Amino acid sequence: MTRYLMTKLIEAFIAIWGVVTIVFFVSRILGDPAVLLVPVGAGQQEIDNLRAALGLDRPLLEQYFQSLLSMLKGDFGISFQHTRPALDVVLERMPATASLAGLALLFGTLIGVAAGAIAALMRGTVAELIVMVAALLGQATPTFWLGIMLILLFSVELGLLPTGGSGTWLHYILPGLTLSVFVSASIARLLRSSLLDIMREDYVRTARAKGLMPRTVFFWHIARNALIPVVTMIGIIAGELLGGSVVIETVFAWPGVGRVIVQGIQAQDFPVIQAGVTLVAAIFVFVNLLVDLLYGVLDPRIRRG
Amino acid sequence: MKSFLSALLRSRAGLFGFVLVMLFVAGAILAPYLGLASPIRSSLTSRMVAPTWTGLFSPGAHPLGTDELGRDILSRILYGSRTTLLIAAGAVILGGAVGTLLGIVAGYYRGIVDRILMRVVDIQLALPLMLLALLVVAAVGASTQNLVIVLALTSWLRYARIIRGQVLALREREFILSAHAIGAGTWRIMIKHLLPNVMTPVLVIATLELARIIIMDAALSFLGLGVQPPSPSWGRMLADGRVYITTAWWIVTFPGLAILLTVLSVNLLGDWLRDYFDPKLRTAR
Amino acid sequence: MAPLLDIRNLTVVFDTPAGTVHAVNDVSYTIEEGETLGIVGESGSGKSVHALSMVGLIARPPGRIVSGEVYFKGRDLLKLSQRELFDLRGKEIGFVFQDPMTSLNPVLTVERQIAEPLRRHFNLSKSQARERVVELLELVGIPNARERIGQYPHEFSGGMRQRVMIAIGISCNPKLLIADEATTALDVTVQAQILDLVRDLKKKIGTTVIWITHDMGVVAGLADTIQVMYGGRIMERGPVDTVFEDPRSAYTWGLLKSLPHGGKRGTTRLYQIPGNPPNLINEPIGDPFAPRNTFATERCLRETPPLQQVEGSVPGHKAAVWYDLREELKKQEAKV
Repeated sequence: MTRYLMTKLIEAFIAIWGVVTIVFFVSRILGDPAVLLVPVGAGQQEIDNLRAALGLDRPLLEQYFQSLLSMLKGDFGISFQHTRPALDVVLERMPATASLAGLALLFGTLIGVAAGAIAALMRGTVAELIVMVAALLGQATPTFWLGIMLILLFSVELGLLPTGGSGTWLHYILPGLTLSVFVSASIARLLRSSLLDIMREDYVRTARAKGLMPRTVFFWHIARNALIPVVTMIGIIAGELLGGSVVIETVFAWPGVGRVIVQGIQAQDFPVIQAGVTLVAAIFVFVNLLVDLLYGVLDPRIRRG
Repeated sequence: MKSFLSALLRSRAGLFGFVLVMLFVAGAILAPYLGLASPIRSSLTSRMVAPTWTGLFSPGAHPLGTDELGRDILSRILYGSRTTLLIAAGAVILGGAVGTLLGIVAGYYRGIVDRILMRVVDIQLALPLMLLALLVVAAVGASTQNLVIVLALTSWLRYARIIRGQVLALREREFILSAHAIGAGTWRIMIKHLLPNVMTPVLVIATLELARIIIMDAALSFLGLGVQPPSPSWGRMLADGRVYITTAWWIVTFPGLAILLTVLSVNLLGDWLRDYFDPKLRTAR
Repeated sequence: MAPLLDIRNLTVVFDTPAGTVHAVNDVSYTIEEGETLGIVGESGSGKSVHALSMVGLIARPPGRIVSGEVYFKGRDLLKLSQRELFDLRGKEIGFVFQDPMTSLNPVLTVERQIAEPLRRHFNLSKSQARERVVELLELVGIPNARERIGQYPHEFSGGMRQRVMIAIGISCNPKLLIADEATTALDVTVQAQILDLVRDLKKKIGTTVIWITHDMGVVAGLADTIQVMYGGRIMERGPVDTVFEDPRSAYTWGLLKSLPHGGKRGTTRLYQIPGNPPNLINEPIGDPFAPRNTFATERCLRETPPLQQVEGSVPGHKAAVWYDLREELKKQEAKV
């Protein structure tokens, strides 16, 4: 188990290093921020001065290793737009993104697990049909459009909830609901098919042949095994939520990391892009590490490696 | 083929998906011949006309209304589907080809090639796909060609991982071993023996990826990083129409419905293909 | 004394989209306490389905018990409530299934899987159950039992897993142990070891055993009574030695002929029964084996023969035939 953990940790570090590298080089292709930052009508001299001040005139590889070193110290540079540490700009916005994604993941998983279990246990009934149709629709609906439609209904037509922004718990309802629909749809479909597969397994018949009560058979022999793919799915969904934050935060004017990244891209603010994307990737890698560990607990077959 | 078709006809969901996909493809191909209003030319006299179904076939009809510049929404949706389907299909083919090839190579050679490839996959997986796409599109510019490449970039690893696993299992099977024994060359084994045996999973993954890519393409253009105006695109229509949500609900509603129906139909078809060919793929992602 | 198990006219069908599958047709037999009954048949003969259905282990729907009574220690199992069946399974009737790889839960420890029936039926504490688990594993011949109880099925070899399955089956000292193709997935040496173990266990704990298999050879070395099933019906039944020596059903005869005999290796080609297993979707009419039987008469196709005592053979030797196999074989020999 210790070896398993060590391997996973090393893999996580390599993955984050890879992300940092990708982001560094890709963001350099974005354009020259100095051109955007100097006042209109400034001469080449001023641009060059600014480039030198920002360290953008040095060779690319030198900049790369320099920024790797600084990043290890937690220094992602100064944001060009906000003229303060980029990491601070991003970290400030982190709680908003994390709380929204966490909320959606929590409620979405609960609803998805309940719906998936109902669909599997009530096979062939109207309940299964309703759950499956809802889940299919939920999976096919683009979250940003669903968000707009919910705003149209609850904010514009009914005037019940704010159209965007943050501050009170009321602001969480629409974006949270939007993301939960996506989460629960994916989980419900996967859990249903996983449960139906496991119910046909030979070891479930063995469990029943032992005279175990149906409750024991369901929780210890069926659900216990059916949850394993769901755990993997939660890791994938966490990535989609973090990546999708750039879209959903735009829809709901949500002051999170996603919006900061989008704004950073528009302003070619390298330090903010770098800090934002690295942070999101680090969180995602961490979530997947947890998922892997949980997977190891749930499935003894993969624990050895 | 015959049993395939009869199975398709028996599955209501699969058939529904299939028919809907065909309708969308037909709509996209036939858009210029349907006598629709121009999707690009604005008309200030007919701005934000609500959907009307009276006089549906008269030349000035706007069954789904018009947008803030007076352009017919139905026409923009149909023309938008051309771009969307073109980009999505291109990305699926490119991503599928690259991913399948790399998966076969990694599974066949194993060892160091396999380890490097899987490490690259892991690194890329650490970056949420949407962020990757956003960053790269912003960097290289949002042309049709670039979008295809970027979306393929988010897609190849799905194929690579699953196909690699399949090839690892296949290479121990008798027919591959015997191909070795009679001295068949490496490329010959890969193209003639391995490739045909992984085409089924490739087809299934491709269909499911198509749905994911359509949504991601729409999301990128929603953020202003899709095909550039004046070409109509679904995501852009949503982004632009969002401003007028209080006065003209139809501008933002119908393009979204178009995305939903397209993705739904592709998903239904993909699910059915998966269940028909290889139910085991359900949990392999 | 009343028999331990008394099955009367059991008929089981499956309602499938392709039609009603007649899996078990009017099966009746008894088994005495302490007896070992070997049931032989190919897949689709109803040998497994009838055993699973009597304790409620087939999925209903699509399975459906059309008629019959199954008396076990005087009670009709088919009339028991769900709750009574839960109490019976694992405790009074133990099961050992085919393929220990898929029949054991991959994510639970061996200890937990063996302890489950003990804790369920006897309310044992965790430590009491553990002692019994160790005892059981030693009984089925697993070395270092105490160290291995915390392991998972994938850490055991195929033969060892089958021993674990047997330990589960006998954990509550059931009156009746039903083994369904319990050695099919194992290679021949391991299979022999498991059969030795079962014979040994029978001596030690004296359980009544129903051993379901497609392999005549397995039954020969294990069972007191053999029962041959085909197309959901009993074709022939009797003491093992008698049936092997003097089969009266053409199907039993075919099965015996297709067995390889030691010593005569290579001298004759193995016999193969011609034709295909029956399509059970058709309404069962006549002798189910008749279409594949070269000795079948017109009557065999129309009318189902009852399972009757064979005239001139030992008591308990029964066959369901319209023809006289000995006469037919004599005729055939004369022709050659």
